[in-house]
Amino acid sequence: MEFGPHLMLAVLEGAVTAAVLALMASGLSLVFGVMRVVNVAHGQFFMLGAVLAWAVSSALGGGAVGFVAALLLAPVIAGALAVAADLTVLKRVGYDPERTIVATIGLLYILQQAALMTYGPEARPVAPPFNDRLALPWIEFGPEGPGLIWPWGLSITSYKLFVMGAAAAVLAGLWALMTRTGIGLVMRATQLDRETAQAFGIPVERVYAGVFGLGAALAALAGVLIVPIQQAHYLMGGDALLLSFIVVIIGGLGSLGGTVIAALLIGLSDGIVSVFFSPTLAKILATLLVALVLVFRPEGLMGKAAR
Amino acid sequence: MLELKNIAAGYGPVRVLHGLSLTVRPGEITCLLGRNGAGKTTAMKAIMGLLPLASGQVLLDGEDIGRLPAHEVPRRGIGYIPQGRRLFSDLTVAQNLEIGMRCRHSPPEVRDRVLEMFPRLADRMGQRAGTLSGGEQQMLATARALCVDPRVLLLDEPTEGLQPSMIALIRDTVLRLRDEGVAILLVEQRLDAVLATADRAVILENGAVRAEADAAELRAEPDLLRRHLGV
Ligand SMILES: Nc1ncnc2c1ncn2[C@@H]1O[C@H](COP(=O)(O)OP(=O)(O)OP(=O)(O)O)[C@@H](O)[C@H]1O
Ligand SMILES: [Mg+2]
Repeated sequence: MEFGPHLMLAVLEGAVTAAVLALMASGLSLVFGVMRVVNVAHGQFFMLGAVLAWAVSSALGGGAVGFVAALLLAPVIAGALAVAADLTVLKRVGYDPERTIVATIGLLYILQQAALMTYGPEARPVAPPFNDRLALPWIEFGPEGPGLIWPWGLSITSYKLFVMGAAAAVLAGLWALMTRTGIGLVMRATQLDRETAQAFGIPVERVYAGVFGLGAALAALAGVLIVPIQQAHYLMGGDALLLSFIVVIIGGLGSLGGTVIAALLIGLSDGIVSVFFSPTLAKILATLLVALVLVFRPEGLMGKAAR
Repeated sequence: MLELKNIAAGYGPVRVLHGLSLTVRPGEITCLLGRNGAGKTTAMKAIMGLLPLASGQVLLDGEDIGRLPAHEVPRRGIGYIPQGRRLFSDLTVAQNLEIGMRCRHSPPEVRDRVLEMFPRLADRMGQRAGTLSGGEQQMLATARALCVDPRVLLLDEPTEGLQPSMIALIRDTVLRLRDEGVAILLVEQRLDAVLATADRAVILENGAVRAEADAAELRAEPDLLRRHLGV
């Protein structure tokens, strides 16, 4: 394949990674933004989404129905679990930043070991509901001017396109929720000044529980979307958490726009560097980028400096 | 009517209020005075349920609201203008007012009336609260509390750092609300303002009431406040 089409292929692969990463990281960023706590168990909700996708779709005999059911059920189950964890544990430690980190480390191991004990150590695939290979055209400048060609190997599956579309739609929905609805207004007021929000009748503990659940649901949704591409495994949450942290730090903690931009940056560079060089180099570059951001722009690309 | 009965409260192990008792009647302005650190702001936070009470009661028309979850207190009809305004600075003027409106599901007429009191805000509905001038911020803090449609209004140093015309506007607003029957608790440092507006003055020292006087006593002995405050 020539360089141009090859690059486009790498970009498309990167865009799929970016889409899933953006969903995952926006959950982490939302929780940090509103509650000012770090959810170390965030990656486990991603794993839970993937494992539940396998469980639900195999219970329903695979196929498109099973997958759609998983897409709807897994985020709800993961969200409900997160709300329960919030009300029974985080609320009791008063959302203290340090104690919350310790508490969510505990939650991480509980979820991971529960998955190991019930789902087992195997990696299991889930068949995508549809998976047509769509050939893509490339523009070539021949002697008679530009023309379309269809290079062999330049293609994407319909499922991967669906992942990008679904992530974009959910993120747009999240943005609309935050900026266009009363729920979003209440969440932002809580984020800006918890005490004053309470003095105006906002039940901040309920807001926190909802935000924690929503963050987990976003991670679980990312997990469901990824299983047809990458199998479900009980240890898959670790890398996912690390990448989410990288994205959230680069984008600016608590900034949804920054998170999406950083996810694109990391996802696309991961795709391109992995295809042309090696996946390890891609990870090295991402980590280097975080280090640079932390040194030169600690508030992140889109974050606001601490006031 | 708002009654504090012997309340003790503070921050964690630090006790600031030691048996504070105080009554705020409808249609009256009760001024709370005291030196810096006497516990005036702490008393307001205790009323709002933002600090746990170690003992004592906060009664609103006879109901003990002292141990309600904090967000239930304003829903009973208490509007709060915190010291330093504490606006939601990244939200717009309209959104700050909306937070007040949502508290008790105030009908739209409440906002119309508030904006008619502060027309400057009506011209700036889309502006971020953090970018307003100091005077406009105080108007917004007042307007936000009035959007709650309160029967009790707590004002913590609302005239701090304002120019005279703005102080007059805030004073006129407070007087108008009093005449409409709102119970008002006002923390105020400027003694001339206290003498001009207060129906009752309460002097706080070390978290308890040191002295009290009604309007007639204040007029009869204008030096009373100065003597008790030691200024
Ligand atoms: N968050 C807090 N944690 C610990 N102590 C506090 C806190 N806030 C206030 N205090 C202490 O409580 C005491 C009373 O403070 P408060 O703010 O109620 O005083 P005030 O009468 O409002 O003073 P000012 O006139 O300066 O506003 C002070 O000694 C103060 O240091
Ligand atoms: Mg004060």
